[in-house]
Amino acid sequence: MGNKQTIFTPEQLDAYQDNPFRQRIAEVFSEDGDGNMTLDDFLDMFSVLSEMAPRDLKAYYAFKIYDFNNDDYICKSDLEKTVNKLTRNELTPEEVNLVCEKVIYEADVDNDGKLSLEDFQHMIIRAPDFL
Amino acid sequence: SNGKKAGEERRRQRERGKKAPTKDQKESENEGRRTNKKGKEGENKQKKDRKTSTSSASSNSSEEESLAEEELAMLMEQVEQKKKLISTMRNKPWRMVKKLSVLREAQAFVEKFEGALGKGKGKKLYAYKMMMAKKWVKFKRDFDNFKTQCIPWEMKIKEVESHFGSSVASYFIFLRWMYGVNLVLFGLIFGLVIIPEVLMGMPYGSMPRKTVPRAEQATAMDFSVLWDFEGYIKYSALFYGYYNNQRTIGWLKYRLPMAYFMVGISVFGYSLMVVIRSMARNANENTADGDDDNFIFSWKMFTSWDYLIGNPETADNKFASITTSFKESIVDEQESNKDENIHLRRFLRVLANVLIICCLCGSGYLIYFVVKRSQTFSKMQNVGWYERNEVEIVMSLLGMFCPPLFETIAALENYHPRIGLKWQLGRIFALFLGNLYTFLLALMDDVNEKLAEEDVVKNITRWTLLGHHNSSAGNGSTATPPPLDPADVPRGPCWETTVGIEFVRLTVSDILVTYITILVGDFIRACFVRFMNYCWCWDLEAGFPSYAEFDISGNVLGLVFNQGMIWMGSFYAPGLVGINVLRLLTSMYFQCWAVMSSNVPHERVFKASKSNNFYMGLLLLILFLSLLPVAYTIMSLPPSFDCGPFSGKKRMYEVIQETIELDFPLFVAKIFSYVANPGLIIPAILLMVLAIYYLNAVAEAYQRANAELKKKMQMQREEEKNKRNNKASTNPALQDLEDLLTPSTKSESHPKQAEDKKIESPNKTSPVGKEGRAAALDGSPTTGGRGAAFTPPPHVFVTQPPTLGLRPPYPGQPRPRGHPMGPVPGRGRGQPRCSYPA
Repeated sequence: MGNKQTIFTPEQLDAYQDNPFRQRIAEVFSEDGDGNMTLDDFLDMFSVLSEMAPRDLKAYYAFKIYDFNNDDYICKSDLEKTVNKLTRNELTPEEVNLVCEKVIYEADVDNDGKLSLEDFQHMIIRAPDFL
Repeated sequence: SNGKKAGEERRRQRERGKKAPTKDQKESENEGRRTNKKGKEGENKQKKDRKTSTSSASSNSSEEESLAEEELAMLMEQVEQKKKLISTMRNKPWRMVKKLSVLREAQAFVEKFEGALGKGKGKKLYAYKMMMAKKWVKFKRDFDNFKTQCIPWEMKIKEVESHFGSSVASYFIFLRWMYGVNLVLFGLIFGLVIIPEVLMGMPYGSMPRKTVPRAEQATAMDFSVLWDFEGYIKYSALFYGYYNNQRTIGWLKYRLPMAYFMVGISVFGYSLMVVIRSMARNANENTADGDDDNFIFSWKMFTSWDYLIGNPETADNKFASITTSFKESIVDEQESNKDENIHLRRFLRVLANVLIICCLCGSGYLIYFVVKRSQTFSKMQNVGWYERNEVEIVMSLLGMFCPPLFETIAALENYHPRIGLKWQLGRIFALFLGNLYTFLLALMDDVNEKLAEEDVVKNITRWTLLGHHNSSAGNGSTATPPPLDPADVPRGPCWETTVGIEFVRLTVSDILVTYITILVGDFIRACFVRFMNYCWCWDLEAGFPSYAEFDISGNVLGLVFNQGMIWMGSFYAPGLVGINVLRLLTSMYFQCWAVMSSNVPHERVFKASKSNNFYMGLLLLILFLSLLPVAYTIMSLPPSFDCGPFSGKKRMYEVIQETIELDFPLFVAKIFSYVANPGLIIPAILLMVLAIYYLNAVAEAYQRANAELKKKMQMQREEEKNKRNNKASTNPALQDLEDLLTPSTKSESHPKQAEDKKIESPNKTSPVGKEGRAAALDGSPTTGGRGAAFTPPPHVFVTQPPTLGLRPPYPGQPRPRGHPMGPVPGRGRGQPRCSYPA
């Protein structure tokens, strides 16, 4: 298939390993929830992540990605995991706590202490640099 | 669901085969919506079986039936529905397998029946139209892709952005935009003024105005003379003085003076239009998301990671900047709860402002003094290089040293960085403006002197020519007198060219100073810090001088003022815009290199997205300010008598009158004379003022309405939160009964809530949202108990809208499903309504 490189050395692959949510993305788009994808799932993933996908669709999948324990709610522990992944554990626990509390205060509309899909969508649709 | 399938089969047998697939499809669609999104495989298989059976049924029945009119219409409707399904397929959050199968089925249906539709009305034409429509869509998409690829320097700017953040990248995006504008201006001037004169006008050396005077010819090619834009460059198409005032030139009868004038005006017109359009676009984007500072932390958490990063070093930078940004928000949050000593702060700020005003006045006076001195210098004979360029040097030095001075004084004020940046920009703007206008005043003095000189020279020229004719007539009686060599004719001072030369020199010196500053201030400094660090007493990288940060405000202002000078000078020196285009091109590459190699990211990273309109506002201001001197000189100063396209006229704008009288039919002249009547113009101006006032009032009213709506939404959210808090402990079943027993208040609030929801998300009520709610209702365990609470009072259920029992925030939800509201006791529909929440 031409002379493009199709076999990557481990070092080259390492260079692409920086997305903090890579594991979650693979899990969300895979059939069995474990990270193994068929071609159709693969296509699905790229279709959602492309620029032309509508924001609602992206918001829906983003919610699933950030929901680490798959309970259809983003609870405080999910938020803590997100923050730690984003900052590579550089923030102190008090700071992490403060950030999570602020997020819940800002976005939780029905006030159940966690973010449901509607809360998340309502908040993310307005964000100017969402994906 | 078995009962339902039986009902569907019966319905299918009753109706014609063609109609069934659609209704069936719709039913299956609704089914798909209602079931859990996670996609049970069995459900999918069932649906696929049903679909294949219906499609086979339809293919059997389509062949033999002839198409009557109503069938045609029905068929068309189905085809439209299928097409809509195809086009919205992307938005549905189904699994890819499901989407593909539904899509293929719909496409097969459309293809089969689209051709059939055409039988009734000229099949070929219809099919052709469809094909053209498809090709057009594809063409548009390809063209869009092509356009995106054509944007220059995109990768470079992305690289800068990934290392330094969006505020630094916004400078480069601004630079690229300026380059585009200048390119268009250059195209206008070059194509409509310079090229015709060069191609069709008289060549160099044929006329006095196009020739270097005899006295200067010896030094005309020297580099130092050329560098000062004298010598051969002065007498070239780059400057105003070269152009001939012939009314039409060449075989095309191209009206050059008219073109020159109109191009000068359209340069300003185009720039104005482009700046305002850009501002309007930015303003639109801003109001679309409003100042929603409600979601700072949430957005930071969920949208700060840039998924396009593919470089480990950049990823490290991004992690660091995210961490910093979180820390900064936390600090901001804590600081807003702190109280400060207000009096001390105010005093410090007043002090800082006083100091800065002193600086500004000082610099203004310095420039005035220097310009006056340069006028006395120009009268002296042998002036050194320093004296000749003193004005430019002083202005550049002021521009280099005052801004850091302002910054150190501003440290007293202790503002938030974004506000501090705006103050800094404002002050530097005032500085440059003062400098520029002082320079202009001095220039005006110069021009007036030249005008006075002109009268003297006019006389000299006339007498010289007369003398030459007499002497040549004396030699040969009937021979026509040989024309005087153009180099020998005494020349007028041509103030327009002088002005043009001044602007060009200022621009060139500005370019040089900028490049040298970057080279020394950033690159040499970085090299010094890097290499001397090994043998220096203190840590150069951490303390003084350390690496430079990219000075966004200084660079942006430099760009804006440079553009102002171009606008001012382009009427008198058409070649100036070309020089600027070259400058912007090289500047892009040079500054990108300098930023990547010698700068470090800012310590405090803040978003600069809303400052874009600020820069545009500055640009607009400069545009007006640079329009003023040009308009003044056009209107009130007489053009030189022997150079330029307007020579010989009393005022430059007379070229318009001349063109109208001679080139247009008579009635056009009459129309223009009526239009130019003050009696017509003053009411027109009044009308425009009134229109502005009215539009302003309307805009204010909209803003107020917006604010009210936002407040309402806020209050509602607070209310709901409070309600949830209070009722969290009560029995959910009791709560439902209570809700059901108070229908009046609920029904009143429903339209309002629905309306608010609609206003909140006008185009975004999507199937996803509905699906989400459905899934949440059906699948989540928390509402399972509530579903059980429904079944006890079914009679209440059918008389009230079912929404009451569900969570109040989503009143409008079941309505779009087409369930009839109000009492429907008779039909068997009561059955599915009770069962759907289960």
